[in-house]
Amino acid sequence: MKIEKIVQALELDVRCGKDYLDREVTGGYTGDLLSDVMGNAREGYIWITRQVHQNIVAVASLKELAGIILINSCQPAPDTLEKAEAEKIPVMVSGLPAFEISGQIYNLLTSAG
Amino acid sequence: MLKVFNCDLHIHTCLSPCADLDIHPRALVEKALEKNLDMIAISDHNASANVRYVMAAAAGKNIQIIPAMEITTSEEVHLLALFGSLTDLLKLQSVIDQHLFGENDETRFGVQAIVNELGEVEELNNQLLIGATDLAIDDTVGIIHQLGGLAIPAHIDRESFSVLSQLGFIDDNAHFDALEISKLTGIRQGRLQYHELNRYPFVTSSDAHFIRDIGTSTTKILMEQPSLTELIMAFSGQDGRRILEQKC
Repeated sequence: MKIEKIVQALELDVRCGKDYLDREVTGGYTGDLLSDVMGNAREGYIWITRQVHQNIVAVASLKELAGIILINSCQPAPDTLEKAEAEKIPVMVSGLPAFEISGQIYNLLTSAG
Repeated sequence: MLKVFNCDLHIHTCLSPCADLDIHPRALVEKALEKNLDMIAISDHNASANVRYVMAAAAGKNIQIIPAMEITTSEEVHLLALFGSLTDLLKLQSVIDQHLFGENDETRFGVQAIVNELGEVEELNNQLLIGATDLAIDDTVGIIHQLGGLAIPAHIDRESFSVLSQLGFIDDNAHFDALEISKLTGIRQGRLQYHELNRYPFVTSSDAHFIRDIGTSTTKILMEQPSLTELIMAFSGQDGRRILEQKC
């Protein structure tokens, strides 16, 4: 499933990386400890987090994640957006908490088979 | 003349909810003297009300007190802030107070006692000191530096509340003055483990929450006298001042 479809289904606010929404999402990971995400997220995953520090971009880039969704309307720091644009990582914001976003994306991905 | 000073730059008092009630200012200073410490930083979680009493307990004694705080940033990173004066620390406190929310629950998190140099309880702090501020780490470092202080991420080798557990790595734009390695790892092992961080000075401290912990891990620093100004010079290796890593 492409990121674009998740953006539409969850009405996400795309804050940067609009040109890369045709990327394929292979799974997802939810977590705020970057050390944990570095250890457990896989290539092509969409990452759901409340961390807004610029290091999230480096982690997403390193692990070749599809994109980052910030929960609870958390606002990305300006340097986070700047880096994400440069690293071609889509950053999206949702008003929902992590549990609900994760559940909805899980359903989308599994029903897409 | 340069001399080696024995420093423990991370000690809690009974104001921290997770610290023992016995670690009150007078007892803390007595133990620090017994352990031959020359300079200690008093760093409670998001609080500072006991620092003046530790300074009062240490007045006229052969030990220097660095006013400090262990701030919890919005990323839940523990960040030490060290200052040259109590006034500067209190300025930081007024900022922290605007960014820390919630009330303490003594039965769950512990008592937060403000105790004077005579060992008398002055009052109980009812802020949720165990909680996190809503200040981002980079902004917090900026505030500390504006006030003339030093910003040192605490126990970077720990799996919780450390800059590495929360943020994965330390990026090149970070402006930390030094990094603290916990006593479980120590500086020598820390250097092997974190060779990519070799641009930073390392310190190690007791992070004492109990009287018996004080001075159990210290940093030996070559400087002219125990003070924040000299510590700043030691971190940047000015005029022969430096951290003596081999002896730790």
